[in-house]
Amino acid sequence: MSPKTLYDKIWDAHVAHEAEDGTCLLYIDRHLVHEVTSPQAFEGLRMTGRKVRAPEKTIAVPDHNVPTTLDRAKGIDNEESRIQVEALDKNAKEFGVHYYPVSDVRQGIVHIVGPEQGWTLPGMTVVCGDSHTATHGAFGALAHGIGTSEVEHVLATQTLIQKKSKNMKVEITGKLNPGVTAKDITLAVIGETGTAGGTGYVIEYTGEAIRNLSMEGRMTVCNMAIEGGARAGLIAPDETTFEYVKGRPHAPKGGQFEQALEYWKTLFTDEGAEFDKIITLKGEDIQPVVTWGTSPEDVLPITGVVPNPEDFEGGKVEAARRSIEYMGLTPGQKLTDIEIDTVFIGSCTNGRIEDFRAVAEVVKGKKIKDGMRAMIVPGSGLVRAQAEEEGLADIFRDAGFEWRLAGCSMCLAMNPDQLSEGERCAATSNRNFEGRQGYKGRTHLVSPAMAAAAALTGKLTDIRDLL
Amino acid sequence: MEKFQKLTGIAAPMPLVNIDTDMIIPKVFLKSIARTGFGKNLFDEMRYNRDGTEIADFVLNKPQYRNSEILVAGDNFGCGSSREHAPWAIADFGIKCVISTSFADIFFNNCFKNGILPIVLPQEQVDLLMADAEKGENARMTVDLEAQEITTSDGEVIKFDVDPHRKHCLIEGLDDIGQTMQKAESIDTFEAQAGALRPWV
Repeated sequence: MSPKTLYDKIWDAHVAHEAEDGTCLLYIDRHLVHEVTSPQAFEGLRMTGRKVRAPEKTIAVPDHNVPTTLDRAKGIDNEESRIQVEALDKNAKEFGVHYYPVSDVRQGIVHIVGPEQGWTLPGMTVVCGDSHTATHGAFGALAHGIGTSEVEHVLATQTLIQKKSKNMKVEITGKLNPGVTAKDITLAVIGETGTAGGTGYVIEYTGEAIRNLSMEGRMTVCNMAIEGGARAGLIAPDETTFEYVKGRPHAPKGGQFEQALEYWKTLFTDEGAEFDKIITLKGEDIQPVVTWGTSPEDVLPITGVVPNPEDFEGGKVEAARRSIEYMGLTPGQKLTDIEIDTVFIGSCTNGRIEDFRAVAEVVKGKKIKDGMRAMIVPGSGLVRAQAEEEGLADIFRDAGFEWRLAGCSMCLAMNPDQLSEGERCAATSNRNFEGRQGYKGRTHLVSPAMAAAAALTGKLTDIRDLL
Repeated sequence: MEKFQKLTGIAAPMPLVNIDTDMIIPKVFLKSIARTGFGKNLFDEMRYNRDGTEIADFVLNKPQYRNSEILVAGDNFGCGSSREHAPWAIADFGIKCVISTSFADIFFNNCFKNGILPIVLPQEQVDLLMADAEKGENARMTVDLEAQEITTSDGEVIKFDVDPHRKHCLIEGLDDIGQTMQKAESIDTFEAQAGALRPWV
């Protein structure tokens, strides 16, 4: 048998039908659903009299629209947001899928709830009507975002019409320096490849620096595979993965766990398997990074300066000029001189317990800068509870942060947490597009530790100066 | 789904690279639970001032491009989120074909589900079509899916590639779900086999 990549193995194990032209029906093991991209899909089922084929493999949770303020039990003010969440309540009940409503302590961002509850397991196919489904690749699961028509297709048939992508390997060798995190790895990779560099590929992240990451860190890396254009990101499961999965509510138990474990241990890229593209970065070379523009590829080490549009080529010259104007920056300006007024820590990229521990380490016993608006939004109700229990929440409150309830929050301006025109935010989320965090809002993507540092100093700050 | 066979129409030039889904349809407009009505908010923040008035120099606000049915765009069009509201907005506006050097994966897939033909061409050919589109409403292009040809206003013919299955579905206006349901037996068989091999799933 010819050697296979991890992606080849998972793909081959899920082809339910293959047409002559190579178009496949890929069987889907887990379908995650949220309120924004599903109402039209459920409506489609209703109109055609179709059912959800596998409600036991379908998990729904509202996250994009939900307010994260402590008084949210009073309901959602915005009528359209409320209607979307109510539509999910109704659809989940009517079609009999697993559901975590806003009032459930387990509610949170769909990509944090899935792994936390043990729905996401190695070797699975996982889809969701959300591009950051790539997150689940951290478990060695083939996970990617789909559109609403595809959501309806998966609901009705538990399959997806797919053609196989190409294989790409991103290897991060060696060790990371102090102050450098999973977020810096994933941003540095996008800085290297560009936002279209992964188009047509499934990326497998390998190398010592990846192996040394926790599951939380691995989820951060895979989460942003989509910002690099890839269909999915993958990390082969290992002891770190198995340890994380064991004992989760929906993970296999007892003898079945042992049986699963035996299978999971076969999920790695065989010696000699071929990749269509390989990128290698040295862990030692990666620095704490920040984005300066309005594309996630606009990445520079925090020690850098705002670039000059003329330094780029082709269409990127105009894009960089537009970005710099939108961001209100000047070419040559030191990144550490950029003053910020808002800090957002959370999202499916960096809303897990380890992220909050990193923040607490930086801000413990200190105060955020006067006038700074700084919020920390846990990725799930259970992350919030754990942070309370570990004493992190007290550290945040004492430092002057708002400590919120779980949701997507300011990662995208679909709920009350938004930037106002001209406001400048250091954010741990995943997209710095124009208007992403609010109309004319300005976003600099950073790691949780760097966001914490910026909250203290009021400027983009090299975390290494505070270590 | 509406069929796509042959289209002759005005092409609007948008040479900016990395046009993302937040530009195509900002998330504040994703709150509808319907599939229609997004066209008026297509490219909302580039197209309108905060007070709702039009930004005159945005391409689709110019008189000669208001009825565009084709978009010629910069590299990596549609990057960002999985929102199908992006192709819904494009289709609702009346655009049925987008041409670029590359598209983001999910957006590309979503187009085919909504009767929109995304065409990938090399840079020099996109440059040529961009220049043709710059000519305005007198420069009508023809996109013939059956023949896989674009004809510029000057009569120049450019061939393009398209996946045969997707081409068939667009030309016939076929619904994916109905087709897949005809393969229910394969899915049943797979489910039974996989269930035996991996009972924990």
